[in-house]
Amino acid sequence: MTMKGYLRQDGRKGIRNLVAVAYLVECAHHVAREIALPQREHAHVIGFPGCFPNEYAQSMMERLCTHPNVGAVMIVSLGCESFNRFKLEQFVRDSGRQVETLVIQKTGGTRSAIARGQAFVERAVEALSKAKTVPMTVSDLVIGTVCGGSDGTSGISGNPAAGRAFDRLVSEGAACIFEETGELIGCENIMAARAATPELAEVLRASVEKAAQYYATLGFGSFAVGNADGGLSTIEEKSMGAYAKSGTSPISGLIKPGDIPPTGGLYLMDVVPDGPVRFGFPNISDNAEIVEMMASGAHMTLFVTGRGSVVGSALAPVIKIAANPEMYGRLHEDMDVNAGRIMEGTATLDEIGTEIYDQVVAVAGGTQTKSEDLGHREFILTYKSFEPIGPACLPV
Amino acid sequence: MTDDRLIILAPQDSVVVVRCGISKGETLIIGDVEIILGVAVSMGHKLALRSVGKGDPILKYGSPIGSATSDISVGEHVHLHNIKSDYTPTYALEGAQTEFEK
Repeated sequence: MTMKGYLRQDGRKGIRNLVAVAYLVECAHHVAREIALPQREHAHVIGFPGCFPNEYAQSMMERLCTHPNVGAVMIVSLGCESFNRFKLEQFVRDSGRQVETLVIQKTGGTRSAIARGQAFVERAVEALSKAKTVPMTVSDLVIGTVCGGSDGTSGISGNPAAGRAFDRLVSEGAACIFEETGELIGCENIMAARAATPELAEVLRASVEKAAQYYATLGFGSFAVGNADGGLSTIEEKSMGAYAKSGTSPISGLIKPGDIPPTGGLYLMDVVPDGPVRFGFPNISDNAEIVEMMASGAHMTLFVTGRGSVVGSALAPVIKIAANPEMYGRLHEDMDVNAGRIMEGTATLDEIGTEIYDQVVAVAGGTQTKSEDLGHREFILTYKSFEPIGPACLPV
Repeated sequence: MTDDRLIILAPQDSVVVVRCGISKGETLIIGDVEIILGVAVSMGHKLALRSVGKGDPILKYGSPIGSATSDISVGEHVHLHNIKSDYTPTYALEGAQTEFEK
């Protein structure tokens, strides 16, 4: 199957050509949603709810509005929020994308803002539908992976199968991202042993230690009752299962949300904020993790679930991998891959790994995932703060 | 020859994983030992592949996932009642144990 992409000015290629409708404070959310509604297939709502400035949120929105799957941007501001809309608009304009900012307080209120916004989106969707495509290969792709609602099956079926797919994608030059350092506690030594350099090994270890301290301050670990009911006994057991998503490739680097992988390879994303605990939980839900990988350019996300998550995402498709055959039976309408067959002994890890790889290629070629087709467009972005990554983090 | 309802993830492991629910009293072959299952176990849970002494590490995926809080014999259910984390025991885990023992 040949993949075709939308070539952006920075050289990256998109697998979708969407309009992002970006609200800059919760007060502009309704107007943004109404603007996107008539074109909901092609216009996805993203945004930041806070009224107070946050450097992380500013840079995340800049990255998301210039994500390779985005072709044009409608910025929706209330008018009095602290988010720097001028900087965001300039960033998008400099990327070569069509962009317009709508300030509700200057536009005459809700009704006229919606009308103006809808007119922009309609023109943008029309223009994007005529965009030319260029050939694309696996090496152009950035793929993220998360797991949510894990149980004793996740670490045996879905996660290692996703790991097999990652191994093949990495070997063909894709950049693959795994994350959630709070769920890698106990894996730091075996993970560090896979680092491309000794310096990176130290960075990987330190990232897990930071996560352990952060969670200790919050007073809870990343382990829920549902995990134990599903057969998991300890955080390190859950971690080992989550870690299996990374496959067996050498680890090329460590990135933080919004850092674009400079080359193909396997990257750990450090999602736990730096400095003292300030804004609460590192990830309040699975979609926060998906958003952070999108900000680092992920074209799509592999989502392994045992208990049964139904979410998708705005901007970048989500491939849902069911780890548990009983859950697949109940929620098959939401699941793209049935890795539960590994539990039943009717498929091998390699077979499911190949199935996931084939899905990635098909979805890059335009095939809709289940959640995409069902209209799932979840998005969440909250306050965080990060220090820039150090010199040992990226491949030279 | 291990029962095909059980998965051995790595040869050095102390535990096997149960592929599907198995009832109490069923006979299972684990390694070359025949055992009678003492409790019902559901999919994704663990049984001891070899005997483990109190305080010894429990290996799954070839890696330690905690240590034994009591002596464990082959075929015994391995979970919150006989192993603990070597990192952070969580409050959620304690609550889950109560739930589990009901």
